[in-house]
Amino acid sequence: MSTKPWLSIRPHRLPLSFRIDRRTPIVLAALALMALLSLVFNVSQGDYPVPPLEVAKTILGMPGSSDYAFVVHTLRLPRALVALLVGMGLAVAGAILQGITRNPLAAPEIIGINSGASLVAVAMIVLLPGISTAWLPLAAFAGGLGAAIAIYLLAWNQGSSPIRLILVGIGLTALTTALTNLMVTFGEINAVSQALVWLTGSVYGRSWEHLWPLLSWLLVFLPLTLVLARDLDALHLGDSLAQGLGSRVEWTRSLLLLCAVALAGASVATAGTVGFVGLMAPHLARQLVGPSHAGLLPTAALMGACIVELADLVGRLLFAPIELPCGVITAVVGAPYFLWLLYRSGR
Amino acid sequence: MTHSLSKSRFQLTRTPLLLLGLVLCTGILAVCLMVSVLLGAADIAPQTVWQALFQFDGSTEHLIIRTVRLPRAILAVFVGAALAVAGAITQGLTRNALAAPDILGINAGAALAMVLTIYFKTSNGNVWVAFGGAAISTLTVYWLGSMGRSGLTPLKLVIAGSALAYLLNSLMYGVLIFNQRTLDEIRFWLAGSLAGQDMASILPILPYIVAGLAGSLVLSRQLTLLSLGEDVAQGLGLRTAWVKVAAAAVVVLLAGSAVALTGPIGFVGLVVPHMVRFAVGVDYCWILPYAMISGGILLSIADLAARLVIRPQEIPVGIMTSLVGAPFFIYLARSRIKR
Repeated sequence: MSTKPWLSIRPHRLPLSFRIDRRTPIVLAALALMALLSLVFNVSQGDYPVPPLEVAKTILGMPGSSDYAFVVHTLRLPRALVALLVGMGLAVAGAILQGITRNPLAAPEIIGINSGASLVAVAMIVLLPGISTAWLPLAAFAGGLGAAIAIYLLAWNQGSSPIRLILVGIGLTALTTALTNLMVTFGEINAVSQALVWLTGSVYGRSWEHLWPLLSWLLVFLPLTLVLARDLDALHLGDSLAQGLGSRVEWTRSLLLLCAVALAGASVATAGTVGFVGLMAPHLARQLVGPSHAGLLPTAALMGACIVELADLVGRLLFAPIELPCGVITAVVGAPYFLWLLYRSGR
Repeated sequence: MTHSLSKSRFQLTRTPLLLLGLVLCTGILAVCLMVSVLLGAADIAPQTVWQALFQFDGSTEHLIIRTVRLPRAILAVFVGAALAVAGAITQGLTRNALAAPDILGINAGAALAMVLTIYFKTSNGNVWVAFGGAAISTLTVYWLGSMGRSGLTPLKLVIAGSALAYLLNSLMYGVLIFNQRTLDEIRFWLAGSLAGQDMASILPILPYIVAGLAGSLVLSRQLTLLSLGEDVAQGLGLRTAWVKVAAAAVVVLLAGSAVALTGPIGFVGLVVPHMVRFAVGVDYCWILPYAMISGGILLSIADLAARLVIRPQEIPVGIMTSLVGAPFFIYLARSRIKR
């Protein structure tokens, strides 16, 4: 009995307290380092290679590195940062959904939030080609929110049941996919091609103007989720236990669902449906720091950031100069992982 | 003794009724066939249609009937039957009300295989490739469904299928992004469509569908037993392993050829078996013939709607069936899952 397995964090002024696994700070630091390294490496690779050290210098604005400023600051850095943020958003959305459905297999793309967001976004790309892309996050959020509300209401049968939430989500995914297909079939071919890249999930050509809206969404909803981590822990135990612990079940569940939708919607709007990140990241994080959400959520966020950053890197290098969307890479890695999880849980 | 006697009497009263129903359904199917030949983008008088079929003279209208509408109507009937039977078999095998070839990712496997061959130009979409793709995804779902003591719960099987379909679809999109021309060629097919098929492309694949349908009828008694559960079926002397392999082969044959012909059309395989089971009960000797005919009827009607909603353009029929079928799936999920 040398060390306690838990750390408690209680800020003096704020009415908050977090209880995290003792491993969490080390894991977080390691993951942050990994994310940073993959970011630098991703920026350094490409048609015009930049040495990693120069990348670091350029980003930090050190003297003597202006040769690379254009490539790094204008072309590659925003894209790499978008990949990081998208990974964070999707991973935390996945962690929330797995918590509130109490199902380790729930993820935004499985239960239909992503498909709602993509339907609205594809409709915008195909039907309103002239409109500014700045509206895309809001539209995708609206789509995701609409899908989430529809799922919640349709699954409501004297209270919301986690299993019905998932199955209704799958049904709704089929419906929205059909409508998306309708756009793909009748749209003008160039718009459709663009929409398809987006549907597969890609951070190709993302610039600062895509980064700022995404960042602002994350800055609001990531802290909010962290504040709700304790309620998420309670919900994870089951509705009746959560009620017994004094949690207002339906209210916190709706609020958490809103956070998940906002995070997934903003990410999907920026990079399209990068699949299986919301599934993989929380699982890997849980293996590292255990199930307590106060530690799990930030770990999952950094894990998701690493996954998308690396997937983007692999997608760019694998068939260079042709680029594979990072969504294809995450799906190829994520789906077998998912099936393996299923296999393990079935035994 | 008394039990079996009362059962046989019960069947005596039921069998003529069910036969009558089957004849009735066949009549409806014939009407659907006629209507779908009669109606279309061009207005063609019924007499002309009649002449086109029996006194062909080579005029444009006759050509439309012979080369566009008739093949299409036949295609709807066979593909509808194939999908419905494949759905009925998967539901029986997995003992899962929500199972169907499209929900378990079998259609997506066939579609990905087809897209790959079209992309690599090895052939113009060979049906055997579709079989291969369907077989691989069927095996995956089977492997997932057969593990553990009692297999997967319905929920997990459906989730596994939707994950598999997601993977296969994103691989397919990955291929299509490389080549806009391929995308333009096949995007209509991709959503599931009966358009643009002539007899020459349908005829080579029809034998596979017919063989699959016949095979399902041969297996119908075994499927009834199997749908009672593996233990019961084994106790009644069924060699379940062989029956499962044979049934899976039939599903691959039916789903693969349906996708090769029309692209992935969803929800026919889910909805039809439920309607049929509601009407005729749990005996596969009746479920399968009814499913064949009702599948044909349903897809004919869906195709008619798809052609007439925004005349003279048309919607891919797969979108039509999804728009009707997905709400049905949601209804099933709501009513079947009590917890």
